[in-house]
Amino acid sequence: MANIFLLALTALLIENFVFVKFYGICPFLGVSQKTDTAVGMGLAVTFTMTIASALTWSLYHFVLKPLHIEYLETIAFILLIACLVQFIEMFLQKAIPSLYSALGIYLPLITTNCAVLGVALLNIQNSYNFIESVIYGFFAGLGFLLAIFLLSLIRERFEFARIPKPFQGVPIALIAGGLLALAFSGLKLSF
Amino acid sequence: MAKDKFSVKKAFRDGLFDQNPIFVQLLGMCSTLAVSTSVFNGIGMGLSVTFVLILSNLFISMLRNLIPSKIRIASYIVIIAGFVTVVDMVLQAFIPSLAESLGLFIPLIVVNCIILARAESFASKHGPLPSMLDGLAMGIGFTVALVIISAIRELLGSGTLLGFKITPQSFSPAVLLISPVGGFLVVGGLIALVQWIKSKSRSKKED
Repeated sequence: MANIFLLALTALLIENFVFVKFYGICPFLGVSQKTDTAVGMGLAVTFTMTIASALTWSLYHFVLKPLHIEYLETIAFILLIACLVQFIEMFLQKAIPSLYSALGIYLPLITTNCAVLGVALLNIQNSYNFIESVIYGFFAGLGFLLAIFLLSLIRERFEFARIPKPFQGVPIALIAGGLLALAFSGLKLSF
Repeated sequence: MAKDKFSVKKAFRDGLFDQNPIFVQLLGMCSTLAVSTSVFNGIGMGLSVTFVLILSNLFISMLRNLIPSKIRIASYIVIIAGFVTVVDMVLQAFIPSLAESLGLFIPLIVVNCIILARAESFASKHGPLPSMLDGLAMGIGFTVALVIISAIRELLGSGTLLGFKITPQSFSPAVLLISPVGGFLVVGGLIALVQWIKSKSRSKKED
């Protein structure tokens, strides 16, 4: 139990996917202008990462390993993730249309979010068992949600700030992200 | 399509300056921030991406009339993933030290937006030879940008370049720059610099 708790804490804060491991920077910069879309994206990514962790772990241990084709993991995982995202999109469209329209174009973008493929490959690399993989995926997703939420709060304030022209847009977002990363690296030191 | 004739010169100017993948298009940020801690890693990552870009552009362009447009993205990803697996295995076999320091970012080339963006916006509309050249030009632009970023970070963060000591003994390197924080700050600063230069040249033209 303590093991699982430590794993969750590591994925969420100490080795935050965005600030420490640099996974998922593209949506982190691209979808963080407004808090509500940022939270929507974060939730969708968390959801996808949790399910993807469970599915890719099963795929690896029940299909790839018995057939001795572990070297195909990258291809197999990205295909599975693409299908999963497509499926989530269709499901949301039918079941929760309001959430579907709120997420809009961000849904297909989850396929190319390297946090999702990253967590799937990390689960295998660190030889986590099924439960650990799902926990790791879920909390790493929450870590992404936390990061994108924090950045969006800062970026909303930028709208009223007088930022030098060359720094407007992505550069100032990167620098704000850097300062947030500084805070997170402090967490890493204190453990 | 016949109207905009492909010119090699323009392709390279786009790749290096006008449409530089990192500084202008802001694509492929994850690997940029993560691997630019040393020039050696930067070159390794840049060349791996270039290799995948050239070959995936070539194959997607050759298959562009066979792939149904509805499943094109999935097909592109499978083609790209195939070449990334090749790079991954070759690096692990021949340059294990590089494979270790780049780590997961080699398989993650699959989801590097630059490659998919070139497949979608260029290779799916042009013939094999221009597509290969486009891949080469974009790849070189990516590599050059990575080398610039990683040179700054390595020189100031550990006082070396390609592993050789450059700075005098009295210089104490700013370790912050090779930590994740430095990645964000250096890339942010460089993009601001590029935007400043662009706005300067634009106002000059208007005068």
